[in-house]
Amino acid sequence: MAEKPILALKHFSKQYGSGCDHCRDNRQELTKNICPFCQTVYAVDDVSLDLYKGEILGIVGESGSGKSTVLGSLYFNVEASEGEYQLNVPQSQPLNLFEASQQKKTRIRNTMLGMVYQNPMLGLRMKYSALSNIAEKMIAANHRNVEAMVERSRQLLDVVDIATIRMKEAPVNFSGGMQQRVQIAKALSNNPPVLLLDEITTGLDLSVQADVLDLIKTIQRELSISMIVVSHDLAVIRMIADRTIVMVNGRIIESGLTDQILEDPQHPYTQKLVYSLL
Amino acid sequence: MKYQGNYGFLDELSKKEIRRSILKAVAIPGYQVPFASREMPIARGWGTGGLQLTLSLVGPQDCVKVIDQGSDESVNAVSIRQLIQDTTQVETTWHTREATLIQSRHRIPEVPLKEGQILVLQVPIPEPLRSVEPSEEETRKLHAYGEYSLAWLKIFEQIIKFDQGSLSADHPVLVNHRYLMAPSPIPRFDNPKMNYNEGLILLGAGREKKIYAVPPYTEVKSIDFDDYPFTFETFAGKACRLSGLTDVFLDEIIDPKTQTASYQTNDQSYLLEILDEREKEKHG
Repeated sequence: MAEKPILALKHFSKQYGSGCDHCRDNRQELTKNICPFCQTVYAVDDVSLDLYKGEILGIVGESGSGKSTVLGSLYFNVEASEGEYQLNVPQSQPLNLFEASQQKKTRIRNTMLGMVYQNPMLGLRMKYSALSNIAEKMIAANHRNVEAMVERSRQLLDVVDIATIRMKEAPVNFSGGMQQRVQIAKALSNNPPVLLLDEITTGLDLSVQADVLDLIKTIQRELSISMIVVSHDLAVIRMIADRTIVMVNGRIIESGLTDQILEDPQHPYTQKLVYSLL
Repeated sequence: MKYQGNYGFLDELSKKEIRRSILKAVAIPGYQVPFASREMPIARGWGTGGLQLTLSLVGPQDCVKVIDQGSDESVNAVSIRQLIQDTTQVETTWHTREATLIQSRHRIPEVPLKEGQILVLQVPIPEPLRSVEPSEEETRKLHAYGEYSLAWLKIFEQIIKFDQGSLSADHPVLVNHRYLMAPSPIPRFDNPKMNYNEGLILLGAGREKKIYAVPPYTEVKSIDFDDYPFTFETFAGKACRLSGLTDVFLDEIIDPKTQTASYQTNDQSYLLEILDEREKEKHG
């Protein structure tokens, strides 16, 4: 029997605006996915994906292709217009999570998902200590023992190489790479089975990028966590993703094993993307 | 000059609107009810919320007491008491037991409230999550979902920085297992007094336009962690320099000449009652 995906997204669409007869009938022909009559934006159109246990799935595409919207919807930051979202983990019932109550969404977000944002300002409380930032997710998951939370936070900060002496400092005083590492530690705090990473190396210099990517690989290898990595940088995807999805204008145009996508791209956009890398 | 305005300064429709908000607040303990806060003849931030509650509730049979941080004779307390008296001609008192309506800034009296008494607390910032979440829209959602982890986070940060699990004043409380509430900047010594209190506690924020309440016999629990339980100020080894009381909230008074500290009961009327009783006993 085929293995069941840990995360399944089916026919996900996201539109901004109510739409009109013209755009509903001619959705595929819209330039840049914007209706010229009612200005409705079709950010994501009929995207389906599966994530299997222990794998890293990459999503690549140009700016505005809808890749971050997909990730945002998986973390419940973006409300879906259509689609079905299932997490096949022991604590989750097999229901469409897009239709779950806000309390259930919050509980799932706090216990089963970890998110690392491109901009650390979105993922961290810049004026709270690094220890408190890690503990925030644990508190949200109803942990109420300070000593245990401090111990766990210290361990995680140690894993991501934050010096003990700086753990009580606020991330506002940290470098960009350190902030990203604190975010990764925070995302791991409740041992989530799924980690979502949104352009985590953008804005970092090459050596720091390599450190962060090494860390991601190590975490994936040692903890067997499933990850979805969104990036516009094919080099990042090449380094860490097992499978890759290519998105353009809110739609998936190509998907497959990362090596296959990079070595034998089929779609003209993917070919252009790969050749520009070489 | 004799006052010629409305009874209790506010017009009847205003009082009606505020009373309706109070009823809603009593019906949903700890929930912040928005209300149309009026301009008052005192500055915003000087107790306009509390004053509007008091003036909406006060009737000719009432006896009013006004306290400002434990004192009945501070400028703020005297001004508010004078305004209430001028506009209603009600009786006023310093004695907590005699009062039917007590307006207070930042203290709950030492004498326990009884059934039928109303305590009105003046509130500067009614939102307990405001320091961690600046958006009103977001805090309203957090209240609706009962998602209060940010309040615990604030205390966690306090523990990380100062190894102290309680805020000095305005320590948030969970009312009736549901709503997180700012108890107004009372010292945490007063937090336990709210739990299953016999009187009705109303809290009014004029500038922020919110009213909320703790009805009588309602559970009020200060938030804390399992290994850092809520604690309030203790004055171990210290006693009031005038009365010798030890189980009350004490003010620290530094002598400017000797730089030595002495302690005195903060609740001035309670202190005077104790001293009067002793004086009477002394002189038979």
